[in-house]
Amino acid sequence: MPSEPHAGTPVATAGKPPGQRGEDVIHNIGYRNYEGARLGRRYARTSLFQQSLRGAYGLGRSAKSKVLPMILFAVMCVPAAIVVAVTVFTKAKEMPVGYNEYVIIMQPVIGVFIAAMAPQAVSLDLRFRVVPLYFSRPIERSDYVGAKYAALAAAIFVFTATSALILYVGALLAKLDFGDETKGFALGLVCCLVFSVLHAGIALAVAAATPRRGFGVAAIIAVLTIPYMLVNALQAIVASQDNDPAVGWLGLASPGSLVDGLQSKFLDGKHSFPGGPPDLTGAQASAYALLTVLLIAGTYALLLRRYRKAGL
Amino acid sequence: MIAIESLTKRYPRVTALDRLTVGITPGVTGLVGANGAGKSTLIKILLGLSPATEGGATVLGLDVAREGSAIRERVGYMPEHDCLPPDVSATEFVVHMARMSGLPFTAARERTADTLRHVGLYEERYRPMGGYSTGMKQRVKLAQALVHDPKLVLLDEPTNGLDPVGRDEMLALIRRVHTDFGISVLVTSHLLGELERTCDHVVVIDGGRLLRASSTADFTKSTPSLAVEVTDTDAHPDGTEALRAALVAAGLSAQAPGAAGAPGAGHLLMVDATDESAYDTVRDTVIELGLGLVRMEQRRHHIAEVFHTDSGAGASDAGDGAAAAAPAGVPAAHDRELQPQKGGSGDAV
Ligand SMILES: Nc1ncnc2c1ncn2[C@@H]1O[C@H](COP(=O)(O)OP(=O)(O)OP(=O)(O)O)[C@@H](O)[C@H]1O
Ligand SMILES: [Mg+2]
Repeated sequence: MPSEPHAGTPVATAGKPPGQRGEDVIHNIGYRNYEGARLGRRYARTSLFQQSLRGAYGLGRSAKSKVLPMILFAVMCVPAAIVVAVTVFTKAKEMPVGYNEYVIIMQPVIGVFIAAMAPQAVSLDLRFRVVPLYFSRPIERSDYVGAKYAALAAAIFVFTATSALILYVGALLAKLDFGDETKGFALGLVCCLVFSVLHAGIALAVAAATPRRGFGVAAIIAVLTIPYMLVNALQAIVASQDNDPAVGWLGLASPGSLVDGLQSKFLDGKHSFPGGPPDLTGAQASAYALLTVLLIAGTYALLLRRYRKAGL
Repeated sequence: MIAIESLTKRYPRVTALDRLTVGITPGVTGLVGANGAGKSTLIKILLGLSPATEGGATVLGLDVAREGSAIRERVGYMPEHDCLPPDVSATEFVVHMARMSGLPFTAARERTADTLRHVGLYEERYRPMGGYSTGMKQRVKLAQALVHDPKLVLLDEPTNGLDPVGRDEMLALIRRVHTDFGISVLVTSHLLGELERTCDHVVVIDGGRLLRASSTADFTKSTPSLAVEVTDTDAHPDGTEALRAALVAAGLSAQAPGAAGAPGAGHLLMVDATDESAYDTVRDTVIELGLGLVRMEQRRHHIAEVFHTDSGAGASDAGDGAAAAAPAGVPAAHDRELQPQKGGSGDAV
């Protein structure tokens, strides 16, 4: 930290009014104008992205803020490591869980991570009214929203993709088929990406609605879990009555089942809907894809609208 | 520096700015108005953050409606409200804000260290800002507005919440932002009195309309007056009155403002000092009467007096806001009167 007084050339020390107080002695060190580069909006946006992404894991923040993300990160990875260990030692021909499946199974843990991180990314700025300071600088609303959105999506992606990576490394250690596993891993990463972007949008839209961090956390957990549990329950009821198409349609109603259906159709996975295999129909698949795109665009638009007022 | 042309801003229920036309030149300019006069609204429009309903403005030659981003790169802004997250240190916060203004990381750190030192924040800058005093917070807010070395800073009520000493320090600092740093300043306040030492120019707005814009020197009348305070003696139980009578007899104009009932001014006598000989006359008269001279000092008329007569017309939209400003102005002018004043402090630099 360059905290020492600089010996640089004072630009203007003359014309100073007679000292008012003792500390003027220190004030006397001349002011220096800044002649260096001004990197503009894009740089500012990237810096905000980096800062927010690091902030999600508590980096560059107090030790206290690192605890929760690190614990959750460990909770997310340990089962993957166990799966790997089991596969290697039992010399199984196949992983007990697929890459996509793992993300769907671990949703509760990911949900807690998202619920904790999204409010921290936006609520603090709203609560302590830092937002006007951002907008008093060259960046625009879309830069702020875009950087925050991308940062949270990246944080969730790192969170989910790391365990996929552990599974992949494990699969290679267990000498499973390289081609199959690489393809599965690649599709798994796509699944993580879709999951991350969709969930980041929903979580931020909810978090930005309130400057109260506690409310934000609770509201996000509610939005991610309650519909998911409802969908699961309804699907189970419907499935027991042999009404297969309804199971697929019901899956649209929660973010978790939405990603589940998508990956089963487009990413070569198996969905965990009650009632088992029948795949989504073509119409259903289009509806899943369309809704996902709409949700991502919609939450982004909602965020932009949210900050139209916040700058003032 | 800033050119404002018949600028109007209407909110659904109020007209915050009403056909405001005024030019602001380099230097330190005070923007004065009661609560709700439209000061903050004007600043937001100048930053290009809020569109004008009618009219327009340019800042540093850039149009506020079209070139907001370019304006904000060259201008610094200190909001009137709190804007500091409590869990980060001043250093981290200001570095981050410098990067948001486009400064590369190394430059951001260097400028942060420099700027925090210039505003008078030392060891405490590594501590979380949640524990800062109001004075320290105001300094950090000022630092984040200066860190990218703007051409102009817009300071919205920087003395808000400060005690008299803190206020004087902040005002001195603002003066230095121009004299030492070469940065022009537009500073708002609802106290006209506190800006007279700091500002070269003063713009007074009321209910969104321009009330007056002129140099600070024009606001202060040119005839200096002498404030004299004397003790009472057995021979003269009311020394102030005895002196007043004697001075009037000697051909000077002297009034005791205390007679009008202003508290704390009971023993003050204001004498118009038309020329140097007035000092001698006062001194000789005091000696002749055998009174003790407590103090004798030169002072100029405060612009607050001008403001009071002007704003007597009342605000239209501001309603009770205007009423609230008057009592706020009185104690300010008043506590200034209780302080010894350095000669010529009202002069514009
Ligand atoms: N976003 C807004 N929506 C509606 N009305 C507003 C808004 N912002 C300001 N106003 C109104 O505009 C008027 C001017 O407000 P402004 O904040 O500019 O005053 P000010 O001079 O800064 O006052 P203060 O000294 O209290 O800070 C007020 O009547 C206020 O109620
Ligand atoms: Mg204001």
